[in-house]
Amino acid sequence: MKKIIFFLLATPFLIACSNDSVDNVNINFKFSQNWDGTQVTNADFNTTLYVNEMGRELNISRMRYLLSRFALTNQNGDVFTTNQFNLVDMANNATLTFNSDLVVPEGTYTLSFIYGFNQEDNINGAYPILNSASWNWPEMLGGGYHFMQYEGSYDVNTVPKPYNLHNGTARVSDGVFEQNFVTITLTNPLVIKTGSEINIKMNIAEWFKNPDLWDLDLYNITLMPNFAAQKLMQRNARSVFSATIN
Amino acid sequence: MVIRFSIYILLLLLLASSCSTSENTEEVYMATPLALEIPQLFQDRILPPVTSPTNPQSVEGVALGRKLFFDPILSADGTQACASCHNPQNAFSDERRFSVGIDGSIGTRNSMPLHNLAWNYNQKFFWDGRAITIEEQIFGPVTNPIEMKNTWPNAVASLQNQTTYPELFREAFGTTTIDSVLVSKAIAQFLRTLISANSRFDRHLMGENILTPQELNGIDVFMNESKGDCFHCHGNPFNPLWTDNTFHNNGLDETFSDLGLGNVSGDPRDNGKFKAPSLRNLAFTAPYMHDGRFETLEEVINHYSEGLVFSETIDPLMKTIAQGGVQLTESDKADLKAFLLSLSDSGFINNPDFQNPN
Repeated sequence: MKKIIFFLLATPFLIACSNDSVDNVNINFKFSQNWDGTQVTNADFNTTLYVNEMGRELNISRMRYLLSRFALTNQNGDVFTTNQFNLVDMANNATLTFNSDLVVPEGTYTLSFIYGFNQEDNINGAYPILNSASWNWPEMLGGGYHFMQYEGSYDVNTVPKPYNLHNGTARVSDGVFEQNFVTITLTNPLVIKTGSEINIKMNIAEWFKNPDLWDLDLYNITLMPNFAAQKLMQRNARSVFSATIN
Repeated sequence: MVIRFSIYILLLLLLASSCSTSENTEEVYMATPLALEIPQLFQDRILPPVTSPTNPQSVEGVALGRKLFFDPILSADGTQACASCHNPQNAFSDERRFSVGIDGSIGTRNSMPLHNLAWNYNQKFFWDGRAITIEEQIFGPVTNPIEMKNTWPNAVASLQNQTTYPELFREAFGTTTIDSVLVSKAIAQFLRTLISANSRFDRHLMGENILTPQELNGIDVFMNESKGDCFHCHGNPFNPLWTDNTFHNNGLDETFSDLGLGNVSGDPRDNGKFKAPSLRNLAFTAPYMHDGRFETLEEVINHYSEGLVFSETIDPLMKTIAQGGVQLTESDKADLKAFLLSLSDSGFINNPDFQNPN
């Protein structure tokens, strides 16, 4: 009897000192960027030159983007989700990893997430961490938050000109707005084991080519109130991301 | 049986202790804790302030820091205090373009205003970001040869030999032995209390007053990417710090006599970049820019409207560089100025807790 009492009393301590079950995996994300497969880091900012699909030479000086509502779906169709978000800032290496609260059993999954915020989450001023990063999208354009701030210069070796691909809610006309987020659904299987890390990759070159060619002569600056440019970014966002397991 | 039960209990205690960390039994002097008074507006909208785990705020520490801030004892010849170049009436900046040191030496940058420093999440201070804590920032001016021109041993000796300071340090830090670290800690504690969040615009955001039509159009110009597009670097109503606390080349010069951040980082990509200052209290902080080149807000607005010049490191956010700026109408310029002045907090500059106690 006393042994039973001992084990009952001891159990909480034993649990407190033991590791989590090996069957469950805390999902950590890593975010990386590339230009058609060539890694891009903040060391490339302002110096490394890239050529986009229309042959324009450009550099990159800033890249920040917001991803939210990460979800893993197993082969039975069970979906594991988190309503967390992560603002990736290439200038800040600490934001290139994200330890989520998502816990899934080991297994094979597919990944989906939202580029930006969906309508439910895109609440004006609701998130102090994003407010503090000056990530807000002006109310006159529908409010909420940016989805991306991608900046640089093009025609760098001739007459350099700035480009600012800032993406968020699309303004149709004064007071009329259209949601502009994208649900990214990746179909490749991810085999998740203890210690696995999901690497979400952004191919920056894709912003300029797929499915729509991006003409920097047409769309370069002051794109936030430009409905056509906002929808163009939304369309091209679908092919920008991929994911692998590290 | 009693022995066996006791063994069980001992085992339990062992298990419990294996999960806990050892307790620090060393006695540490504790002054009277003093929490920062975080304005409701900041509580509602932005992250908590950055405080120092090794320098907790205390009543005694803040009082000592305030006394030191206004006391010329820290300078080599006892003529210059921190407040000499950081005047409360100028939102703790200097109305002179360049501050003048104790021997008449003239600096090369305009004194930065001091407010809401605890909300500098990037923890990079000065125009060029060369200090990474408020405490470190304080070390600079005392020994700077064109400012207070002192040595720390001399400054510390002056304080140690004075009748009241040793006791004030004991009250704040539990020791009468003064050193430069404790001086910087005390002043940093005072600086963290310099909180400004009660301008006309702040009260508008809290629903306590109504802005004029001109001020309202001014915020529209500020937030409109097709007009002023000021918000990308200077905050917005949900980030009422009115700065992103990062570094930009804002198109002032084609070539640089002062490399700014580039001089600190050693990275030529940072040349000509300076910290975006907060737009709070502009009514009190003229002249403007890192080198105080603009005497009026009109000159500042004209710079962004028509005066931008290209250089290699210019920020792409200076997007209308090809046209020389954002080309505001005279009406929009006036409205923008009206809005900017609504960010001024006269209660801050006149706060009795922030004045000279000596």
